[in-house]
Order: sequence, then structure tokens, then C-alpha cells
Amino acid sequence: MSEILVLVEHVDGEVKKVTLELLTLARTLGEASAVWAGPGYSEAAKAKLAEYGADKVYVADSDEIVNYVVAPKAELLAKLVGDKSPAAVLVAATTEGKEVAGRLAVKTDSGVITDAVGLGEGFVADQSIFGGGVNVRSRVTKGTPIVAVRPNSTAPVAAAGAGAEEKVEVAPSDAARAAKIVERVKEEKGARPELTEAAIVVSGGRGVGSAENFAIIEKLADSIGAAVGASRAATDAKWYPHQFQVGQTGKTVSPQLYIAAGISGAIQHRAGMQTSKTIIVINKDPEAPIFEIADFGVVGDLFQVVPQLTEEIEKRK
Amino acid sequence: MNIVVCVKQVPDTATERKLRSDDKTLDRDAVDGVVNELDEYAVEEALRLKEAHGGEVTVLTMGPAKATETIRKALAMGADKAVHLSDDALHGSDALSTSYAMAQALKKIGFDLVILGSESTDARTGVLAAMLAERLGTPQLTLARKVEVNGSAIAIERITDYGFDKVEATLPAVVSVVEKINEPRYPSFKGIMAAKKKPVETLGIADASVDGSAVGLAAAYSEVAEFAAAPPRAAGTVVKDEGDGGVKAADFLASKKFI
Ligand SMILES: Cc1cc2nc3c(=O)[nH]c(=O)nc-3n(C[C@H](O)[C@H](O)[C@H](O)COP(=O)(O)OP(=O)(O)OC[C@H]3O[C@@H](n4cnc5c(N)ncnc54)[C@H](O)[C@@H]3O)c2cc1C
Ligand SMILES: Cc1cc2nc3c(=O)[nH]c(=O)nc-3n(C[C@H](O)[C@H](O)[C@H](O)COP(=O)(O)OP(=O)(O)OC[C@H]3O[C@@H](n4cnc5c(N)ncnc54)[C@H](O)[C@@H]3O)c2cc1C
Repeated sequence: MSEILVLVEHVDGEVKKVTLELLTLARTLGEASAVWAGPGYSEAAKAKLAEYGADKVYVADSDEIVNYVVAPKAELLAKLVGDKSPAAVLVAATTEGKEVAGRLAVKTDSGVITDAVGLGEGFVADQSIFGGGVNVRSRVTKGTPIVAVRPNSTAPVAAAGAGAEEKVEVAPSDAARAAKIVERVKEEKGARPELTEAAIVVSGGRGVGSAENFAIIEKLADSIGAAVGASRAATDAKWYPHQFQVGQTGKTVSPQLYIAAGISGAIQHRAGMQTSKTIIVINKDPEAPIFEIADFGVVGDLFQVVPQLTEEIEKRK
Repeated sequence: MNIVVCVKQVPDTATERKLRSDDKTLDRDAVDGVVNELDEYAVEEALRLKEAHGGEVTVLTMGPAKATETIRKALAMGADKAVHLSDDALHGSDALSTSYAMAQALKKIGFDLVILGSESTDARTGVLAAMLAERLGTPQLTLARKVEVNGSAIAIERITDYGFDKVEATLPAVVSVVEKINEPRYPSFKGIMAAKKKPVETLGIADASVDGSAVGLAAAYSEVAEFAAAPPRAAGTVVKDEGDGGVKAADFLASKKFI
């Protein structure tokens, strides 16, 4: 079986869940090789990658790789594609992951599939397009298949791999240093799970009414271990930070459970959450389009329903 | 400053979008074409930069003949002129061939700054700006919520998972914008009238030095094997809150083993 490269997503040295999902997928199609780019690599990180099936771990852990926008990561992967001739390259379908995939596709003269929600034999990818209205199966026909896979497309399953470490020495080219990151500004995040990775997401919209009122949404989220999301109406009003926006121009989420409170369900919002497995809606307007995709809906005032739901969940724990 | 803004015509998101049964490409004839929403933000940013620094704004669209409607809208907003890359040979191009053809057109037009939307509403690949930067060998300044130009220096705030990155580079550069960046203007009546007289140059692939064997459906690097309408979501249960809506929602969560 041949090798499949998986670009590792990591934060503060921690491997993100989507990477474990990608390793799980890669194992079903070949031998999984993890590619670590940037600082923060450790024995613990390696152990985690091996636990989920990485036979090899390529490590390029210099700061240089993350000090410039996207290009150095694409160069690193292109070098590995040249040296190792993998059967495919998998990245997470985050905005940045897709950009890495795009540049890599140009560099290696290979096809790219963005936003796969499943991947099978022959690297045939499932895509859910047009806001979830059409399902497509597609595949790369030239070069090394490069596939960006949406987080939560598969459940991570542990199965030990050899975890053989190989250092990769790379210095980004001058061209890859053209866009320099001079400062990283972190906006509050808190202890909640990350939005795109969370199994449960609770989102609030214009109906929440104010920044203070988002506490109601946060309490519900915390009672059930969820991430908090927001519609654009709520982020535009500055009630909640923009990085929590769900939708076409925000994050695409695909959790097990999505709870929408005070959100009407505009097409641009639905584009970011329609592939959620189960959807619960709380809205006072029975005509709100979001009810069309609800598995369970409550027509009512969120200021009554949400706190009661939170209380019930706490009670039943 | 010579700014080129890339504008795509997409099917109206409010209509039902379909793939063609013959060649499995997007059926662009069946639906109304509109300007890709995010590209209006790209046009607005280009106009603001021109207003601040002088220069010229050129619209670049790749698409079938009917994409001229989209070009007129961008011109009515205030862009100076347009280039329409249009050729039957381009039909069915994937992201790789699209970026190749557009990069060739951009080289022909010449630019200090290229501005795109961060994503189209139809294909939503979100790769084009990165691919153009790679092909043109220019800095990639994507996902910008703020753009500042100072002489030949350019700085952006790039949206990230944790907040944003401050990024610096030197022109020429490729920028993509998110919708937080500005509020696009509406074309005025005067703008709409003026747009009718603004120059639109149509380029075929040969005019843009695009190799015909590297674009279109036949040259695609990927293929759609099959497609089908998604099975409709099973109709859910909707209850009216009678003072126990939260309890009922909790019952539902329990039935699905979430609690
Ligand atoms: C280029 C572009 C990109 C966009 N990208 C996104 C995106 O990424 N994400 C996104 O979300 N939107 C996006 N939008 C905006 C989108 O079109 C909608 O405007 C937005 O989703 C509306 O947010 P909302 O549902 O919170 O607000 P509204 O549509 O105003 O809905 C509020 C809902 O709350 C209900 N409500 C009010 N009070 C209560 C109460 N007390 N209890 C219960 N229910 C109540 C109302 O009945 C209503 O249904 C985009 C638009 C454009 C043009
Ligand atoms: C449902 C669907 C799924 C697809 N999936 C894939 C895939 O997985 N892999 C693949 O290689 N191709 C794919 N394609 C083909 C892809 O749509 C085209 O190559 C397209 O021209 C570029 O992709 P995009 O619109 O997603 O660009 P994006 O990168 O999402 O667009 C970003 C910006 O680029 C500019 N832009 C994009 N296209 C044009 C244009 N024609 N003229 C002017 N400016 C433009 C706009 O400013 C736009 O805001 C898909 C097409 C469809 C319809």
C-alpha cells in the first residue's frame, strides 16, 4: 500500500481532532504519514499521531514555516510529494487548509477537491454542494489527488501506527516569504471546544438582541459541552466576535447537533450548517425558513425556551 | 495604482441550482446570473483604494457571454473599464485551469493589485486567490478584513481561527476580501448610465495567450463521477411553546442520546 500524506493541524502543540479524523480516513486507503509544519512539535504530539495510525511523521518544525502566509506549507508538501510520491495528500477543509491545497495543486500540477465530506476507494470524494441541495461524487484524474476534507466528516478511531519520525529540512524560498505575518492577534476564545471541530454547536442570531444576552446562549452551550456560533446579523452587530460566524462567509460546521436560536435561516447561514446531523431550532416566528431543516423545532420566545432547556439539561445530568 | 478586480457571475443563491445532466457542469442557463456577493465587496475596496491613492480599476470576468451583465454592474458601481475573458474553450474549467487562464489575462492587463472575493457562492472552493498568487509569484494577502496601501507597501488584517494576523508585503500583490471589510455602494442612476459607455474588451483564449489544450472540461484535473439531488431532510417535529418548550426540547435531546 502506498503512502498518504496528512497535513497536521495543531494549536499550541496540540494536535487537532480533524487531523485524527484525516489519519483515520487515510488508514482505510493506504499508509498514513503525518506532516508536521511549524513549531510546537513534541514527543506527546508524535505519540498522538501514532496512536491514530501515523506510520511516519515528517517533521518540519521551524518558525519560518508559519511566519509567512500559506506558501511555505505548500512548498513543504510539494517537496514531500516530489520525494515520496504519495498516493494522495489530505488537508483539513479550513479556509487556510484549502489555500494550502490550492497552491500545492498548482505546484505539483495536480487536481484538487475542496470540501469533501467523505472519501472512498480510488479517492472518490463526496461533496455536498449548493447549500446541501446536491450530492456529488468526484475524483482527481491528474497528478496526485489533493483532497481538503471537512472536519467532522468521519469519527476518529485509534489504531496504532509505527510513528517513525523523519526530520525534513526546509527553508522557505524568497517567493514564499513574500507575505510576512508581523503580528498574531488572539481574540477571546475561552474553554469551549473549537467551532469547526465541536460535536455540538449552539448558535444565536439577531433574536438574541444584545451582546449581554449571548450569555444565555453560552450557558446552554456549556451545559451540553458545545461550541458557540453566531449568525452574521449577530457578528455584524458586534454581539459576538466574527470568528464565531457560521455560514457562507463564516465557518462551515458539520456537527452531530446544531441548535439555532433566534436565527431565521437565510441561505447564507444554511450554507454553513446544513450538513449538521441533527438540527434543533428555537424561533418565535413559525414561518422562519430555518424550520424547514429542523429535526425538532420549538416555536417560542428564546428567552423562555433556552434557559428552560439549559435547566433541564443540568437537571438530567 | 492599477487595480484589477475579479468578479464572477454566479447563479442567484435564492434559486434552485442544478448540474447539467450531459456534462455534469453547473447549469448556468437555467438560472438568473448575479454578481457573486463577495465580489461586490472586492469592487468596493478597489474603488476606495482608487479614491485614496488614484489610479484605475479594471474589472476582470471569465465566463460566458451573458456574464456581461455582471461586468455592467461593477462598472456602474464605478470601475473604469473591463476585460471579459470569454471563449467556448473555457467551458467546464476547474479551479486549476480557471486560475491559469485568469493569470494569463492578468499578465496581459498588467496590475499593481489584484482583488478577489474570498469565495464564490456557487463552487465555493475558496482557492482561486491562493492559486493566482502562486502562479503570478506575488504575495498572497487573502481573507482580508482590512487593507492599507502606502506607496509600494501593503498591509492587511487576515482573518484566522483565533482572531486575525497582521500581514505585510510589497506590491504587486493578490488580495482576497471578506464581507467584514466594507459596505458596498449601490450603483447610482448616473453610474448606471455611465457604465454603458465604459470600455469592455472581450478576450478569446488566444488573445490572452491561453493554451486551449490546458483549459475546459477535457483538460480538467478532476471529474464529477456522479451526482444526485440530496434526499430531502425528513420532516421534523415542530412544537409550539406552551411554557414547556425547553422541556420538550430536552426530551428530544434525550431521545437522541445527546443527554
Ligand atoms: C455576502 C453575504 C455573506 C453572508 N454570509 C453570512 C454568513 O456567513 N452567516 C450568516 O449567518 N449570514 C450571512 N449573511 C447574512 C444572511 O443573509 C442573513 O442576513 C443573516 O443570516 C441573518 O441573521 P439572523 O438569522 O440572525 O437574523 P434575522 O434574519 O433577522 O432573523 C432573526 C430571527 O430571530 C427570530 N427571533 C427574534 N426574536 C426572537 C425571540 N425572542 N425568540 C425567538 N426567536 C426570535 C426572528 O423570528 C427571526 O427569524 C451573508 C449575507 C451576504 C450578503
Ligand atoms: C459545485 C461546484 C464544485 C466545484 N468543485 C471543484 C473542486 O473541488 N475542484 C476544482 O478544481 N474545481 C471545482 N469546481 C470548478 C470551479 O468552480 C471553477 O474552477 C471556478 O471557476 C473557480 O472556483 P470558485 O468559483 O470556487 O473560486 P473561489 O476561489 O471560491 O472564488 C474566489 C474569487 O475568485 C474570483 N473568481 C472566481 N472565478 C472567477 C471567474 N470565472 N471570473 C472572475 N473572477 C472569478 C472571484 O473574485 C471570487 O470571489 C467546482 C464547481 C462547482 C460548480
